[in-house]
Amino acid sequence: MKLDRTAGLTLGLTFGIPLTLALLNQTTDVSAALHVPTYVIALAGKYLCFAMLALAVDLVWGFAGILSLGHAAFFALGGYAMGMYLMRQIGSRGVYGNAMLPDFMVFLGWKELPWYWHGFEWFPFAMFMALLVPGLLAMGFGWLAFRSRVTGVYLSIITQALTYALLLAFFRNDMGFGGNNGMTDFKDILGFPVQADGTRSALLVISAAFLCAQYLVARSIVRSRFGKVLIAVRDTESRTRFLGYRPEAYKLVVWTLSAVMAGIGGALYVPQVGIINPSEFAPANSIEAVIWVAVGGRGTLTGAILGAVIVNFGKTWFTGALPNLWLYALGALFIFVTLFLPNGVMGLFAARAKKPAPELEAAE
Amino acid sequence: MSEADTLLYLDGVTVNFDGFRALNALSLVLEKGEMRAVIGPNGAGKTTMMDVITGRTRPDTGKVMFGLDTDLTKLDEPAIAALGIGRKFQKPTVFEPHSVWDNILLALSGDRRPRFSLWARETAEEKRRIESVLETVRLKDQRDRRGGDLSHGQKQWLEIGMLLAQEPQLLLLDEPVAGMTDAETEQTAELLREINRTRSVVVVEHDMAFVRALDVKVTVLHEGSVLSDGSIDHVSADPRVIEVYLGR
Repeated sequence: MKLDRTAGLTLGLTFGIPLTLALLNQTTDVSAALHVPTYVIALAGKYLCFAMLALAVDLVWGFAGILSLGHAAFFALGGYAMGMYLMRQIGSRGVYGNAMLPDFMVFLGWKELPWYWHGFEWFPFAMFMALLVPGLLAMGFGWLAFRSRVTGVYLSIITQALTYALLLAFFRNDMGFGGNNGMTDFKDILGFPVQADGTRSALLVISAAFLCAQYLVARSIVRSRFGKVLIAVRDTESRTRFLGYRPEAYKLVVWTLSAVMAGIGGALYVPQVGIINPSEFAPANSIEAVIWVAVGGRGTLTGAILGAVIVNFGKTWFTGALPNLWLYALGALFIFVTLFLPNGVMGLFAARAKKPAPELEAAE
Repeated sequence: MSEADTLLYLDGVTVNFDGFRALNALSLVLEKGEMRAVIGPNGAGKTTMMDVITGRTRPDTGKVMFGLDTDLTKLDEPAIAALGIGRKFQKPTVFEPHSVWDNILLALSGDRRPRFSLWARETAEEKRRIESVLETVRLKDQRDRRGGDLSHGQKQWLEIGMLLAQEPQLLLLDEPVAGMTDAETEQTAELLREINRTRSVVVVEHDMAFVRALDVKVTVLHEGSVLSDGSIDHVSADPRVIEVYLGR
């Protein structure tokens, strides 16, 4: 595969920076000037997982014109699959010391593990589910929606309803996913303690590798003939029908893939933040993901990663320094970007390089 | 005319939109290899007729047959396109972010499924076909330009090129010379005659000079049905046609 400068830089930075952080954390002494504290490692890991969500949103929004306001649902489902694995790893170290049942089930007075929890103690199965569940949900949802030619704002609204419905469902204790509190107090992953510096550094590097892989997959898709059809569907859907294409088939493929990408992000997110609960399904999360993409530059892929990192970095800073103002700042940022930077931060670079807008560049 | 020579057959086609009768028992027969001009005042049902043929609109009653045994009212747009019916819209719609080359590439007849296009590489055969279409529509020098950057007339030609790339048996053209200069109009008439050597064509047009230049059988639509047909001289002498065009 031929890489241009943007792709080379994206991959180099996306992998190089986390790798450097992880190495500095692992090889330097806590008192050393260059030491990177573990909380920074955890934060960086979180940003990278959000970047995967952003990439997934950009793939469907930027290239297929599907504005999903419910993508965090796929992210959260991947996260729950990982959460279930991590819960099973706790074993008898839980508060109630039950080797079979997670604490919240003991608390609810359940006697045995629900059928859908079986297999999750096995890592490959849990990871397979982290891909399968978001993928299947997206496929079913997409098949119904795209076949009925639901588009535009109507589609956005039902994606929002989807994530809200899941939020309500996962809140219920009798769903068997920990209800309101979700899952936490994880002990180890594949035998390594989740909280340890080494594990965190490793997870950061693994996240960076997955993000790079997702970027490469997304990039090769949008540059393929499939991607060209997709862009054609985004701009003039009915015209593609008269050329003999079935837009619904194209949307379904990219939508399902995008959900799987978000699921991978969620699965990597949970061990790094140490908790998964229904608030991950909150509609606001999905909307924030759309803002990341808009800030970075819709339809550029690189912009999605950049936007997710910039906005979340801002969020971390703001919620520490001026916690009450964060939502106002986010709203103002979105308005600013919409009015003055229609192509996001990537648009700035493109304008400086006197190239066509990146959205269009990606189409070529 | 024998039945086997019939390419398109519309019989008693009626379309109602909320009480407005866009097509009223419209009947029309097109032979293989024929070029037909369809004219008529605004609201006569010309575009609705194209919508019915291409599967965008389902008729309330009536038969729409392609060839001897294909019922078009049972098929959707992609299926009808795959049968070999290509359509050019009134307002030129090309894929603006894509290059002229890619516009033709996407229109080339071939496998339309995602599982194919995900892995497809441009073959030498495809390159040759694109070259030949660009040659025909005189856009060879524009191949790397964005579709959206072309002039209005060039977009019209690109769209005709996309139609040719589909290799349809039947081309439906909705006002192909709208907004074109006189020279471009003349070139387009020439191009259509060339296309008509191998394919059937239906042209909906307002430009009477252009219709005259095509020199083919003309069908006049009025209020959703056929008012008159025949040569351009015949229909323009028809008192009912004069009444419809001038009488209001």
